[in-house]
Amino acid sequence: MSAVTATQAPTRARARAGGPHYGTGLGLGVAVLYLSLIVLIPLAAVVWRSARLGPVTFWHAIRQPDAWSALSLTVGASLLVALLNLVMGTLIAWVLVRDRFPGRSIVDTLIDLPFALPTIVAGLVLLALYGVNSPLHLNLAYSRIGVVVALLFVTLPFVVRTVQPVLLELDRDVEQAAQTLGASPATTFRRIVLPNLLPAMLSGAGLAFARAVAEFGSTNLISGNIKFHTEVAAVNIFGRIENDDVAGAAAISTALLVIAFVVLIALDLVRRWGRQHG
Amino acid sequence: MASRYALRAVALLYLALLLVLPVGLIGYRTFQHGLAPFIDAVNSPDARHAFWLTLEVAFWAVLANTVFGIGGAVLLVRHHFPGKRLLSTLIDLPLAVSPVVVGLALILVYGANEPVGGWLQRLGLQVIFSVPGMVLATIFVCLPLVIRAVEPVLLQLGEEQEQAAHTLGASRWQTFLRITLPGIRWALAYGVVLCLARALGEYGAVAVVSGRVVGETQTLTLFVEDSFNNFNQPAAFAAATVLAAIAILTLLVAKLLRPKDSP
Repeated sequence: MSAVTATQAPTRARARAGGPHYGTGLGLGVAVLYLSLIVLIPLAAVVWRSARLGPVTFWHAIRQPDAWSALSLTVGASLLVALLNLVMGTLIAWVLVRDRFPGRSIVDTLIDLPFALPTIVAGLVLLALYGVNSPLHLNLAYSRIGVVVALLFVTLPFVVRTVQPVLLELDRDVEQAAQTLGASPATTFRRIVLPNLLPAMLSGAGLAFARAVAEFGSTNLISGNIKFHTEVAAVNIFGRIENDDVAGAAAISTALLVIAFVVLIALDLVRRWGRQHG
Repeated sequence: MASRYALRAVALLYLALLLVLPVGLIGYRTFQHGLAPFIDAVNSPDARHAFWLTLEVAFWAVLANTVFGIGGAVLLVRHHFPGKRLLSTLIDLPLAVSPVVVGLALILVYGANEPVGGWLQRLGLQVIFSVPGMVLATIFVCLPLVIRAVEPVLLQLGEEQEQAAHTLGASRWQTFLRITLPGIRWALAYGVVLCLARALGEYGAVAVVSGRVVGETQTLTLFVEDSFNNFNQPAAFAAATVLAAIAILTLLVAKLLRPKDSP
């Protein structure tokens, strides 16, 4: 009797693991329906609405002076923010992993605060410190620097959180060997540590760039949304929706979706490259 | 050694100027004249309405994403079907989309002037400029959070116990309740906390689909912006402090729940 159940169990287990599960179709159907109704069909509607314009009208919609200015500012500021994050994020990750000081675990927890804090609150707190009544006498309100600071705030965790685990895993014997052989700390960092960190750094910076391009809430208050000066793409789209220019809004949204898509593909390539060289 | 202190100083100064001082200042500004102005500000009818509406929208969005998160994670980990990688990629899509684009996308399908939205309107269901649209927008922006929290733990858990329960005659539902759910409960709680925080704090997508009617479709984040733009700084600061306190609480709870082996 026991021999029979013993042989039956693995057979059934193999059948369950290998063959299609009972209910796969139903579950898959429900999941795809949910995803389609909320995400896929609406996003397709945005692309469809701007595709209906035809290539010439689409290009004109994007090249409208205020839209083009907003898109250029968004991409330019996001590139700058990604670059600053590359340096500061790596530095902060380094200090959190290699340095020991009281309160380190509190600092480590605080890094995630920009992910948890609503973006409008992020904008408001920055405006409180760097606005018109700044206690530091540093007024960045309604300036492009204000936009960059807001984007730095919301993208802070990306590079720190991608570099930190790699730095923790890094074998320190190799660094010590390099120093024993006479390499300076700077040379050791450049030749030993940096090549290992680079895929993670680039991956974090790419995520920060994508987030900065999409950002709306935090830049909304501090930038003052001055056309041709501090208005970012998301705010430009918002203005067009409010003014019933749905086609224009859809065209600029499609431009943002394309940028996000390109970044996601680039990130995937960086990850593959990192796996090969890691 | 000097370089070590220099690096530490640069990192801490950067974090202080960007993160700690601004958030601290808002707390100080809120309570600088004592507790009474804060209580007055958060006790106004508009603020209270915004607070309850925020909870209502977040509740439905978290509920929907929790059910989808568990079901989706089981589907991706335990089942095999063609197109699995594509589905997995599409689930991450909401993280790459601007909140304003999310709002526009929903308007283009569920707006009263569009075929689907018009049809729903005739059935008596207004989606855009109403609570259902705000719930949809919130579901959209936090869609991947629960499923991505549950998935790795479900994978790690393995299938042996579920198979054993099944062999011993347990039904699928019993197996799920007695074996699978207890195994993933902490990861699930972590995902739900992340999803709840994101839902309570969503601003851009909700700003587009809600129509921002004070006392009707105004959530707490919209209340912050509206109060600030109408020169009612105490109310804006008070509501922002409430949201910041929720965010910090989320961080602490998430830190407790986070699976230990992930960074």
